[in-house]
Order: sequence, then C-alpha cells, then structure tokens
Amino acid sequence: MRKEYGNKVAVRKLSLMVPLGSIFGFLGPNGAGKSTSIKMLLGLVKPTSGEAFVLGERAGDVAVRRKIGFLPEHFRFYDWLTPAELLRLHGRLCGMAAAKLRERIPVMLDLVGLTPHRDKRVHDFSKGMMQRIGLAQALIHEPEIIFLDEPTSGLDPMGRRLVRDVIRAQRERGATVFLNSHLLSEVEVTCDNVAFLKDGEVVAAKDLHALGEAEVHVVVRARQLSPQAIAGLAPWTTAASVEGEQLTMTARSSDVLPHVVRHLAASGADIYSLIPARASLEDLFVRIMGEDRGL
Amino acid sequence: MGCWVMAGITFREAARKKILWTALLAGLGFLALFGIALHYQIEDFGAHSSAPFIRYQILSAMLMVGLYVVDLLAVVMTILTSVDTISGEISSGTIHAIATKPIPRWQILIGKWIGFVGMIAGFVALTFGGTIAVAYWMGGVMPENAFHGALLVFLECLLALSVTFMFGTWFSTLTNGVIVIGLHGLAFMGGWLEQMSGFTESARLVAVGVVTSLIMPSESIWRRAAFEMQTPLAGSLPFSPFANVSIPSPTMIGYASFYLLVALGIAVYHFHWRDL
Ligand SMILES: Nc1ncnc2c1ncn2[C@@H]1O[C@H](COP(=O)(O)OP(=O)(O)OP(=O)(O)O)[C@@H](O)[C@H]1O
Ligand SMILES: [Mg+2]
Repeated sequence: MRKEYGNKVAVRKLSLMVPLGSIFGFLGPNGAGKSTSIKMLLGLVKPTSGEAFVLGERAGDVAVRRKIGFLPEHFRFYDWLTPAELLRLHGRLCGMAAAKLRERIPVMLDLVGLTPHRDKRVHDFSKGMMQRIGLAQALIHEPEIIFLDEPTSGLDPMGRRLVRDVIRAQRERGATVFLNSHLLSEVEVTCDNVAFLKDGEVVAAKDLHALGEAEVHVVVRARQLSPQAIAGLAPWTTAASVEGEQLTMTARSSDVLPHVVRHLAASGADIYSLIPARASLEDLFVRIMGEDRGL
Repeated sequence: MGCWVMAGITFREAARKKILWTALLAGLGFLALFGIALHYQIEDFGAHSSAPFIRYQILSAMLMVGLYVVDLLAVVMTILTSVDTISGEISSGTIHAIATKPIPRWQILIGKWIGFVGMIAGFVALTFGGTIAVAYWMGGVMPENAFHGALLVFLECLLALSVTFMFGTWFSTLTNGVIVIGLHGLAFMGGWLEQMSGFTESARLVAVGVVTSLIMPSESIWRRAAFEMQTPLAGSLPFSPFANVSIPSPTMIGYASFYLLVALGIAVYHFHWRDL
C-alpha cells in the first residue's frame, strides 16, 4: 500500500504479512508511517494505491471490523461518560447484547485496574487511566485481531506489565496482536515477529525467536590471559580484545561458548565470570535505521 | 442499529454537557420576556381603551414578532449546538475509536443527525408552541395555520442542521461556524432585499433576492411560514419580516427540502470517503 498526503508521502511501499495468532511488533522511528499504516489497515484512511486484506477480507470492511479491536495513538474518547458507560457504548457499537455487556464490563474494568475509578468521568482521568480504558474498549468484544498504537506510551511500570500480560493473554486466547511501539525492551519480550519501517517502507523483518541464534557479545573477566590464548579464539569469534582483566568478544553463536571456556581454561586463564549479551533489538534497530539524521 | 446508538449518545452528550438545558432555559427566558411584554401592552390598552379591532391587530403583530424571534433562536441554536459534532470529533481523534467499530460510517453521521433532529423538534415545539400558548392565553390571539408554520420553522432548522453537517465534514469547527452563519446572514439579507424590491418594484433587486434565496433558502422558509400564519392586515405592513409583498412560493419550499436532502447526502458521501 501507498499513502500520500498532498505531495508528502507518508507510506511509500508497505508490503507486509502478519501471521495469525502471533504478536507482531511494528517498529520504526517517528514519522516512519506506522500510525498511517494501521489506519489504512482499519479503513480509517484510504490508501492512495494498493490494497490490504485482513482475515481474508478487504481491510476496512464492516464485516472485518467486527473482529478487530483498536487502541488509537491519541486515545481520546467521549470523556463525559464514566468508564462503564464508555465500555457499554463501544460494546453496543460492536453489536453486543445488553445482557452480555452487563457481565463483561465489570470484568474488563477489573482487567485494566479501573474498578476503583468506575464512577469518575473519563474527563477526570489521568493519561495512563485513559489508556487503560482505551485498552478495555479495544478488547470488549473479544476481537480476533487487536491493533495497539503505542499502548504503553503513558503507563507506569505496573501499567506496562499489565499491557504485556494482557497482550500475552490475547495470544493465549488465539488472537493476533499488531503492536506499534517505541519501547524495544518491551517488544523484545512480548513479540514473536517484528518488522522495521523506515521512511514508509519495510526495510527488515525478523523472527525474534531466531534472534538468539545470531552473534553474541560476551564479556569475560579473567586473570592470566595470554596473548596466544586470545589469538586461539579465532575459530569461534569474529572479534576479541583485552583490557586489563576484561576480555570482550563477539562469538559466532551461543553454541560455541563452551568451546571458548574450555580453550581459555586449558591455556591457563582463571575465569571469574562470563556474561553473554544477546545482540539487543535496540542494536539491531540502530543498525537498520542508521544514525538519527533528524526528522 | 448503529444509528440509534449514535442518536442516543448525541442526545446524552447534549444533556451531559448541559447544552440541552441551557438551550431550554434560553427558550423559557424568551417565553417569560414575551409574556411580560404582552402583559404590559394589554395593560396599556386598558388605559387608552383602543378599539378591539386595533387591539387584535397589534397583539397579532406582537405574536408574529415573537414567532420570528423563535425562528431565529431555533436556527442559531441548531447551528451552535451542531457545529462541533463532526469536525470536533475528527480533530480530537475521538472518531478513531468510533469509526473502526463495525458500523458503516453513514450510520455514524445519520445517527448524530437524528439525535439533533429530536432535540430541535423538542426545542421548536416548546418555544413555538409556548409563544402561541402565551399569546392565546393572555391576549386571545391565534395565528392561522399555526401547525403548518411550526413545521416550516422546523424545516428551516433541519436545513441549517444539514448544511452545518455538510461543511463539518470538510472544515474545522470555527470555519464551519463562520460559513454557516455567513450563509444564513446572506439569506437574511436576501429576504429583506426581496421585500424591499417588492415594494419599490425594482426587478433587478428581485433577481438579487431570488438568487440569494437559491444560494441559501433558510430565510425564505420563514417568510413562507409568516405568510401562512398571519392575518391579512398584519401582512400588509410594508417593511417587516412578515410583509406579504414578496411571498416565496411552495416551489421554494420544495427547493429548500431538496437542498436539505442534497446537503445531507453530500455530508454522508464526503464523510464516507474522507480520511479520518
Ligand atoms: N493527516 C495527515 N496529513 C498530512 N501528513 C500526514 C498526516 N498524517 C500523517 N502525516 C505524515 O505522514 C508521516 C507518517 O506519519 P505517521 O503518523 O504514520 O508516523 P508514525 O510512524 O506513526 O510516527 P510516530 O512514531 O511519531 O507516531 C509523517 O511524516 C506525517 O507528517
Ligand atoms: Mg504514530
């Protein structure tokens, strides 16, 4: 899909496949076109060209929207309602029966931790509370796909954990979660797959479960490291350097680490610690996006 | 289904935000003022002991002034209360969570429209009916075809509402308000021009008046209503919003209804296709 606003290209060439039942992370710097992409998938914004299919039907069709939940980026809702009234409104718009809603609303309020605030107007909510009610609104009808546009941007640590748990619970339920986020540490622990968007184009896609098989950085604290021992690491590492008692190296994969330890021990070194650091998503992100050139 | 949920929530919003009550209070305030004015006028009749025929004519004219104010009040209330409903939700982003729900977009717009129509009907019934009731109860005057007149005033409000909805799918709240009030002002001016021309028999002025009524037929609906409601004598006063000099034809009412439907249709169409 492609989207232009006037002569500004918001999404250049979006080509994406999201597996059902997974948690999909959609990453990219500010202004990359993540929100615009989600809006196209929901039918809020018409693509300038191209088309998308969600659950086998054209994106934005009423029939598909029945199976979709959405937490918008700016999570603004009718703030003159109480949280329970807001959930009832959204539930009814999803076509839910009154009886079903009566039983589901307290459950949802409980899930997002808003039961103590049930009689307040949403107007008086803090940013994080607004986000929580937004999350409840997106999940009220047990959708098959949930689009979350930066769901943790205003949340406290408990709130973030809550969102993480909710997202995982949705996957357990069999739902698919499409997640826009800048918090890579969160994405790293929740997502199954990620795609990187840059200037409106998908530049890379990764299976996060496979990420661990790639290179690892290892920091070893040891004494009696001989230069020969370091040189002998070559078969397993791509880089190694010593600074005092600290040996830093990049191993080809975590599978080779036992060989490295055995080699070092055999060469007479005393090893005090060995700490592997997985090539983090953040490193990957920075590598893919390049340096920040400003927006 | 979605229509009724949206209509209900529109009504709820007006009630919660106290818009509804404020408008009703303004209507009641007007009725009280109208009652006081009638009261003093009738008392002064006693002092001057005018002929019954003159008294009746004066009270009828006062009633028409009252109804004219009701008309103006209803149109302005319609525009003010509905001006933010589409554009405001688009610019604040509340529309995102609504328009992604499994209801077609036209139901969102029409639902809101129905909500306003209900409120306007209540407002017109209260103020228009109230004015007539006060006049009848205090002065014994009754307009001709009162119900027909009320329907025409209601139609004028629906026209203003639909035009406000239409521009609301394009412009920001403020711009929308400026455009719709401006259009109504234009129609207002056109109405007077047409009347004046009827009096001065200037054909070119008639043409200008007709063209403005075609651009925005709101005021001409009122002039038709005034014509249908008043007693023949009151209508012969040369310069007044109720003068019979230049009466919009029933065709004009047909045109206004068509205008209303087209505006609503364009609103639905544009709201359906635009990016939110
Ligand atoms: N309605 C609009 N009119 C004009 N330009 C727009 C509009 N919406 C988005 N854009 C432009 O499209 C580009 C992508 O915007 P988008 O909101 O999709 O970015 P994003 O990836 O969600 O960024 P962020 O991480 O800051 O939320 C931006 O350059 C933005 O200026
Ligand atoms: Mg965004």
